[in-house]
Amino acid sequence: MLYRENGQFKTSYAADQQIFPIAQDRWAILGILVFAFIGIPLLGDEYLMRAILIPFLILSLAALGVNILVGFCGQITLGAGAFMAVGAYAAYNFHIRIEGLPLLVSILLGGITSALVGIVFGIPSLRVRGLYLAVATLAAQFFTDWVFLRIPWFTNNASSGSVSVSNLQIMGWEIITPFDKYMFCLVWLTVFALLAKNMTRSAIGRQWMAIRDMDVAAEVIGIRPLFAKLSAFAVSSFFVGTAGALWGFIHLSSWEPAAFSVDRSFQLLFMVIIGGLGSIMGSFFGAAFIVTLPIALNQFLPAIGGLFGVTISTAGVSHAELIIFGSLIIFFLIKEPHGIARLWSTGKEKLRLWPFPH
Amino acid sequence: MGFFIETLIGGLMAGMLYSLVALGFVLIYKASGVFNFAQGAMLLFAALAMARFSAWIPEWLGIDSLWLANVIAFFIAGALMYLVAWLIERLVLRPLVNQEGATLLMATLGIAYVLEGLGTSIFGTAIYKIDVGMPKEPVLILEGIFEGGLLINKEDFVAALIAAVLVALLTLFFQKTVTGRALRAVADDHQAAQSIGIPLNHIWVIVWFVAGIVALVAGVIWGSKLGVQFSLATVALRGLPVVILGGLTSIPGAIIGGLIIGVGEKLSEVYLGPMIGGGIEIWFAYQLALVFLLFRPQGLFGEKIIDRV
Amino acid sequence: MSREIGEVILDLKNVSLAFGGVKALTDISFDVREHEIRAIIGPNGAGKSSMLNVINGVYRPQQGEIILRGKHFSKMNPYKAARAGISRTFQNIALFKGMNVIDNMMTGRNLKIRSNLIQQALWWGPARREELEHRAKVEEVIDFLEIQHIRKTPVGRLPYGLQKRVDLGRALAMEPSILLLDEPMAGMNVEEKQDMCRFVLDINDQFGTTIVLIEHDMAVVMDISDRVVVLDYGRKIGDGLPDEVRANPEVISAYLGASH
Ligand SMILES: Nc1ncnc2c1ncn2[C@@H]1O[C@H](COP(=O)(O)OP(=O)(O)O)[C@@H](O)[C@H]1O
Ligand SMILES: [Mg+2]
Repeated sequence: MLYRENGQFKTSYAADQQIFPIAQDRWAILGILVFAFIGIPLLGDEYLMRAILIPFLILSLAALGVNILVGFCGQITLGAGAFMAVGAYAAYNFHIRIEGLPLLVSILLGGITSALVGIVFGIPSLRVRGLYLAVATLAAQFFTDWVFLRIPWFTNNASSGSVSVSNLQIMGWEIITPFDKYMFCLVWLTVFALLAKNMTRSAIGRQWMAIRDMDVAAEVIGIRPLFAKLSAFAVSSFFVGTAGALWGFIHLSSWEPAAFSVDRSFQLLFMVIIGGLGSIMGSFFGAAFIVTLPIALNQFLPAIGGLFGVTISTAGVSHAELIIFGSLIIFFLIKEPHGIARLWSTGKEKLRLWPFPH
Repeated sequence: MGFFIETLIGGLMAGMLYSLVALGFVLIYKASGVFNFAQGAMLLFAALAMARFSAWIPEWLGIDSLWLANVIAFFIAGALMYLVAWLIERLVLRPLVNQEGATLLMATLGIAYVLEGLGTSIFGTAIYKIDVGMPKEPVLILEGIFEGGLLINKEDFVAALIAAVLVALLTLFFQKTVTGRALRAVADDHQAAQSIGIPLNHIWVIVWFVAGIVALVAGVIWGSKLGVQFSLATVALRGLPVVILGGLTSIPGAIIGGLIIGVGEKLSEVYLGPMIGGGIEIWFAYQLALVFLLFRPQGLFGEKIIDRV
Repeated sequence: MSREIGEVILDLKNVSLAFGGVKALTDISFDVREHEIRAIIGPNGAGKSSMLNVINGVYRPQQGEIILRGKHFSKMNPYKAARAGISRTFQNIALFKGMNVIDNMMTGRNLKIRSNLIQQALWWGPARREELEHRAKVEEVIDFLEIQHIRKTPVGRLPYGLQKRVDLGRALAMEPSILLLDEPMAGMNVEEKQDMCRFVLDINDQFGTTIVLIEHDMAVVMDISDRVVVLDYGRKIGDGLPDEVRANPEVISAYLGASH
């Protein structure tokens, strides 16, 4: 089938404002969903789920959140890891302190707490912009690092902030196997990706983008920077916070503050920049890239070394990983500063003209 | 009273080092519009080179003098930093010219990874010593004025002195030399500077090299104090609040900001720390800078700019 | 023309504005009547844009007050001004570069949005209904400005003339009662200028919108404006009907003195 929108005339604004106006896109998304919900559970093995798919799903959710703030609203953050931590530890506290609170509610409350903290740390964005703001967001990172390491109340008096959860279940469904975990994360991500897409295509999304592109003009149009920016911080932190809760509860089961260090924050920012700023799709691309790259390097480097008769030690692999990872990031920024999503859409545009370019 | 002043002096001395690190950020930002997150990795790389070569050289050349070995190692490390600057200019800055701030920032994170990976694979991952003969024992001064005198850490004092000298030299370099003036022209307007024939690429190499030397000196000072190890790379993160406080483009801002942060950190550690728990100096500086920004978003010495429309 | 010029709805009294040492406006007073086209002219740097910026609160004057429909403001802010029905275009186009034409114009509907964030996230009920209503309104403006063919184009890809038109469209989407236009025809070719003139007159005529217009082209100004105010170095040197202003010796000398 050719990729074309010719002939798909829209007879109403409602049809034109569908979530995916082009029929082929709708089919593609449907296909991906079917594959994710049915195909992968049938085909995938436990290792694949545990090592790649579950981290991918959760980090995609976090990347979505970061993209809302950085890509859509134009407020650079270097502190996203902090909000994962807040989400995870808040959910943990709700989980252990309130007897019988359903798991879903704990995670959502973790997200809401993270949103509130996000609003507080978003206040500097009303006064400073750009790189200054980026540095200011590091404050959130170092502050939360300290809080969960040093204030025992938040970690139920666990030493050095390491906590664990067990017996996770939702209405009798026990989440134990990688398959359960995969399904849980997949459903969660699907729902929230849909919500994110809806926000970015309605009034609130336009407010964010207006602030990003030209804040003075946005204000003149009647957009309040205070509301637009802080709502972006809140929504973003909510997404990132629930991702943190999922990361702790579902992926790790037991964790300490180092799981959400400044490295995690950088990693999330890489995802959205490599994936594509201001693109929902890009968040997924970025997460996929960052999750699979180290695993791929880990597999291939020793193999390549073997070809040349060199054995590369584990330490050697991890150093080489750093070097290759860093170089790839630079390479990517040089070749396609707008991210994988841009490659994707130029590809589609070409396809649209194919086979008769004119 | 004596204790307070002691803390204050300790803060000022630590602050001088922050000023030095902040100056590294400011130099690069002014000349190439890049917020250089690789500053910490450069510091680690330089310190590793210094530590390792000062240990290797006596073995290789059979020199006995520690002093001579240190000097040779310093020059080798300096030369390496030049190489690093040159490579960064060729491979990263040149292809990324005119990109947005966020993209450049990400690129420097990439540089940081590469440098950390390279540094540890060439020089190893253990904890190394740098021994440049820094005095270790504390001294008592002003015993006549304060009861019991003031206890001053000689090492910190020497470190602050070196930092101060370097800061002064850099300021002079910026204000008085031809290269310095060309640098300032580049900072003000890239295109205009290029059109009057200032070779942008050459300037960038110089600036990154100078920042590399700053990193080397800071690395030597910190390294001799704490030992050279991976965590040294995070020292630069401590310089960041200084930069937002003082402004990315202001040299006096970096100096005064560094002193303020140094003092603020020490005072908070001593007086606030016992109340809310240790280790607060890591975030306290950031909060201090943030609160300050809320009242004066243009930074210490920045002028208030109203957007033109 | 069928329109009737009404009472004074916008009145600036003794406004002074300085940036550091630069005096952009010195003790300026002038008024705007309902439904009229009021032009502001003057050489570059005279303070024309600053005046619009004071009216809708982008710049805060050090002195003076603004009276809008009888309400006194010592300082406006852009949000309040927008609420009060003032919208504007910009001398250097200030479109939202990352969005397409429709979305740019939809932002102009922002003040009329009633649904909340949750409803929008769920694309549910009021949010969805509103989206359609506002889209219909925006399409009317698109038809009015004859830009149907570019509705889905990212604004960054449009030629200058069309960007100016979209800028106007975004302001119109607000359904303003007062429209401030900062050099809407600058840099346009003759044909584009004629189109723009026609739009300005039609807006004024069909919707009764009061228009404050900065323009350099004297022929255009004399042709379409009801009253003209002249600025030079931040001071007002003339104010009145086009013919009066043209005959004012101070204005003539300011214009002969300043080359452009
Ligand atoms: N945001 C600003 N910051 C500093 N100076 C400004 C700003 N806006 C305008 N000015 C100064 O005010 C004066 C008037 O400018 P402007 O109102 O733009 O003039 P015009 O629109 O008549 O050409 C000029 O000298 C200009 O440099
Ligand atoms: Mg102007």
